[in-house]
Amino acid sequence: MHNPLRSEADAFRWVVIIGAGAIAIIALTLLTRPVFGVILTAALLGFGAGVAYRSARGTLPRDLDISRGGDGRHRLLVIANETVVGGALIEEIRNRTRGRQSAILVVTPALTASRAAHWASDVDEAMELARQRLELSLIEIERQGLKARGEIGDSDPNVAIEDALGGFPADEIVISTHPPERSRWLEQGVVERAREQVDLPITHVVVDLSAESPASR
Amino acid sequence: MESATVAVGHADEHHHGPPEAHDSSRIDRQTLGILLFIVSEIMLFGAFFAAYFFLRVVVDPPTWPPEPFELPVAIAGMNTAILVSSSFTMHYALEAIRKGNHAGLKLGLVVTWLLGATFLFIQINEYVNIGFSARDYGFGSIFYGLTGLHGAHVFVGLALLTFATIRAFRGHFGPAAKDHLGVEVPGIYWHFVDVMWIIVYVSVYIL
Repeated sequence: MHNPLRSEADAFRWVVIIGAGAIAIIALTLLTRPVFGVILTAALLGFGAGVAYRSARGTLPRDLDISRGGDGRHRLLVIANETVVGGALIEEIRNRTRGRQSAILVVTPALTASRAAHWASDVDEAMELARQRLELSLIEIERQGLKARGEIGDSDPNVAIEDALGGFPADEIVISTHPPERSRWLEQGVVERAREQVDLPITHVVVDLSAESPASR
Repeated sequence: MESATVAVGHADEHHHGPPEAHDSSRIDRQTLGILLFIVSEIMLFGAFFAAYFFLRVVVDPPTWPPEPFELPVAIAGMNTAILVSSSFTMHYALEAIRKGNHAGLKLGLVVTWLLGATFLFIQINEYVNIGFSARDYGFGSIFYGLTGLHGAHVFVGLALLTFATIRAFRGHFGPAAKDHLGVEVPGIYWHFVDVMWIIVYVSVYIL
């Protein structure tokens, strides 16, 4: 979810919205009776709560500006968290970079355990877990004869993509998730929103870690 | 053949001292600080509003405001317009510095300060002429409590704006986000003060 008070511009937007609502309440109250103003206030508060609930379910899509690298290398941005160590993802990276000069950036969002931790930026534990997974992934990618750079990203994968594109002009993006029945990212529509936001080829890789584990073979 | 950029994860192997603070891309520390402060302020205002609505709904006097109190709705409305206008000038100041327009930043901050000071002056004038004091029944107490609490916040906001304006005239701010946090943070606080007044005005004077 995009923090609704991330900047002064966001706060100003709230002044305008609340000011417009207040004008409507004042006009209705002065033209009729205070009870109608109270009813309109309750209705607007309910509407606001509904909008807040809807926006809490995911970042609203918006277009991102994309820049290009220009050095001839193919730049691959990989977004993955728990599945960052999955064999299917490593194989996809290998296929995507085969036979061409490539630069790979693997971004692992630091997923917090709760919404309270997310809002309080209590991300230390999430970052440590993400860092451990990322290092394992980078080792595995190196083992395949490739090298990659790794970063810990924002806990919102779409924000992490936006942040990463700011410093890494990717040519394409690979998003790795669990299978649909277990993927919170797919439930939140992360891949769909990324496709709406970013004008780049996006490949969605499904990694079934339980099927890949040695015990299941 | 594939080439690659440098792998990270061990970049600070030779780093001494405490680890560097992590800056989440979601929000910087200064902005998070003012947001947490605003959350505590909302709780403070919430306590005063709880007292206000207790008096109004639970005690339930036959008329509101109760006899013999009268509130200057029109003057307070004009004052509301002045304060809300100051949010627009504050936003103008921030937009100006984001574009590197230092003159616009200074103009926006000065006008915002003047509008805020005007609001405070009119409110004090309202207190002088309103005809009742904080000692006159529960209504007088809660009226002065709520509007006075807000007035104190306007005063704090003006103090912050004073620092920001002085720094603006000394050329401390730049277009990059990290270079004008000294305006951004007071700006967020100022908008909060405006929103709280809109709520106070609608609750106390209108409904």
